[in-house]
Amino acid sequence: MNTSKLKLAVKIGNLEFKNPVMTASGTFGYGPEFEDFIDINRLGGIVVKGTTLNAREGNNYPRMAETPSGMLNAVGLQNKGVDVFCNEIYPRIQDYKTNIFVNVSGSTVEEYVKTAERINELEHIPGIELNISCPNVKEGGMAFGTSCPSAVAVTHAVRQVYKKTMVVKLSPNVTNIADIAKAVEAVGADGISLINTLLAMAINAETRRAVLSTTTGGLSGPAIKPIALRMVWQVAQAVKIPIMGMGGIMNSTDAIEFMLAGATAIQIGTANFIDPSVSMKVIDGIEDYMKRHHIQDINSLIGGMLQQ
Amino acid sequence: MTTTYAKKHVNLLNIIENKKINTQYFILKVQAPHDISNLLPGQFVNILVADTRHAFLRRPISIYDIHPQERTIDLLIQVVGEGTHLLSKLKAGEQVDILYPLGKSFSLLESGKIALLVGGGVGIAPLLFLAKKLYRKGVDVHILLGGKGSNNIIETKNFEKYGKVYIATEDGSQGERGLLTQHSILRKSDFDMIYSCGPDAMMRAVANIAAKHTIECEVSLENMMACGIGSCLCCVTPTKSGHQCVCSDGPVFNTKTLEWNK
Ligand SMILES: Cc1cc2nc3c(=O)[nH]c(=O)nc-3n(C[C@H](O)[C@H](O)[C@H](O)COP(=O)(O)OP(=O)(O)OC[C@H]3O[C@@H](n4cnc5c(N)ncnc54)[C@H](O)[C@@H]3O)c2cc1C
Ligand SMILES: Cc1cc2nc3c(=O)[nH]c(=O)nc-3n(C[C@H](O)[C@H](O)[C@H](O)COP(=O)(O)O)c2cc1C
Ligand code: FES
Repeated sequence: MNTSKLKLAVKIGNLEFKNPVMTASGTFGYGPEFEDFIDINRLGGIVVKGTTLNAREGNNYPRMAETPSGMLNAVGLQNKGVDVFCNEIYPRIQDYKTNIFVNVSGSTVEEYVKTAERINELEHIPGIELNISCPNVKEGGMAFGTSCPSAVAVTHAVRQVYKKTMVVKLSPNVTNIADIAKAVEAVGADGISLINTLLAMAINAETRRAVLSTTTGGLSGPAIKPIALRMVWQVAQAVKIPIMGMGGIMNSTDAIEFMLAGATAIQIGTANFIDPSVSMKVIDGIEDYMKRHHIQDINSLIGGMLQQ
Repeated sequence: MTTTYAKKHVNLLNIIENKKINTQYFILKVQAPHDISNLLPGQFVNILVADTRHAFLRRPISIYDIHPQERTIDLLIQVVGEGTHLLSKLKAGEQVDILYPLGKSFSLLESGKIALLVGGGVGIAPLLFLAKKLYRKGVDVHILLGGKGSNNIIETKNFEKYGKVYIATEDGSQGERGLLTQHSILRKSDFDMIYSCGPDAMMRAVANIAAKHTIECEVSLENMMACGIGSCLCCVTPTKSGHQCVCSDGPVFNTKTLEWNK
């Protein structure tokens, strides 16, 4: 089979991605941190760090704990605010030839709306990922993503002002994730991304104290992959809009499993810390897989899990 | 702190030697595929510990010494947990996955100046390369090393090549008895800079002494890290300009810039 004919492009809303491989918010900085290791322009997309209306210092150190096959973080959305993003960071990254998504967060619906309005003005940002699932902030964040009415309120309000591709990022810390997905689909989300981190904690037996300054934090990494895969599959059954799947993806096999479960694109998070060049290896591995399985168009893999 | 840009690499490096110093410490000598002469004292590497689900993240380790001709990097490591235990088992001829060089370096005094380097426990690791660079620049180098007992006082011969070495042990088995911060050399006030690395409490005490004598003080912090390249914001320390990343804004900080009491 001729490699040059492999079709890796996928679509979310009206937006085309050159391939389904993206990097996840909070794990990839803004991109420049990775320029020494990878060709950013080869990625399908990147999602930059969670951005809020005003600058946030985040939580106190310690904000990280290593756990078996994973880690906890409690960064708490440290960022310099949307104005600094637009004026200082955006000019540095606007020429990347990849889809740059800004991960938007807030404590109130109004903050989400104002931040999205600012991002809407940026020509080279084709989409936002609405973060209604951050477990590490006292107000807002995950609170919006754990009930249908509040998830609908934010999504609906931002949809009124944000005209480009809008993906809503869901929290796994809920009883029925498919219900939330259906609710945000109904008010105009172009796609769903999942999962954000799972609420978790670590204790140091020697000191008898919680490891994180915030006691609880968000679990990521391969430890959460089976849960993420199950949730992507459940949401794929429930909605018609495309899904960006993530949670513990470490290699191309993991990425393909998410696509078979129903994801149109995938995001790589914690794995970037272990190997900053992992995203390129995932793209290469997907191409190899397609060749081995005689798949010409990657879209035929989406939701392609066979029945028993 | 010196800001020089050096391209970062993630590579499998050949292990040339793994030298056991005593039950707690070993020196891993690895060889890079390209020139390493631009590596600076205070910078560190991030090592992947293979085949373990516990040591999942990379382990940050200071650059102990470099030999540009052979393209080798020495890493002085103390066994404290599973990751460092597994690293201690590596053998010459094997390979290890290393991300380097990371972080910013100590600032280097000019010829004729006087420097005091204060290292507690494995905190001596970033100081040998620093002593070497300072000595070669013509700085008058004084080195204070401390630990619980003589088991923790290692590599003194190596340090003596570059300056005058002073020792403090808590049990009095070598040098002056007592905490490193009680050593008589710290009562002298004619240093142009004190450089320090070691346990947090020790560095704070050293910084206080330096402040009392109005001596500039740089410390190398060892916060827990996930990425090592400034992308996760897990390793922050409070500074006068807000939370800064120890991995990319540091690990070396002038203590004037830190907000240690926040
Ligand atoms: C910039 C930097 C430079 C360092 N340089 C050196 C060096 O040159 N030589 C050396 O031996 N060690 C160095 N360290 C510390 C080293 O990274 C840790 O000792 C190591 O990660 C522990 O791994 P482990 O799996 O053996 O222990 P773990 O099982 O992970 O932990 C064992 C104990 O070590 C402590 N620990 C774990 N990680 C760190 C850390 N990052 N900093 C401090 N304590 C930690 C934990 O609190 C725990 O109690 C450095 C750390 C940093 C951040
Ligand atoms: C250090 C860290 C910071 C994160 N910050 C954000 C964030 O700002 N916004 C967000 O939506 N998700 C954030 N996440 C969640 C990731 O984007 C991703 O959803 C999660 O880590 C699961 O994927 P993984 O297992 O591949 O890491 C963060 C994760 C980590 C580990
Ligand atoms: S360890 Fe990730 S930012 Fe410092």
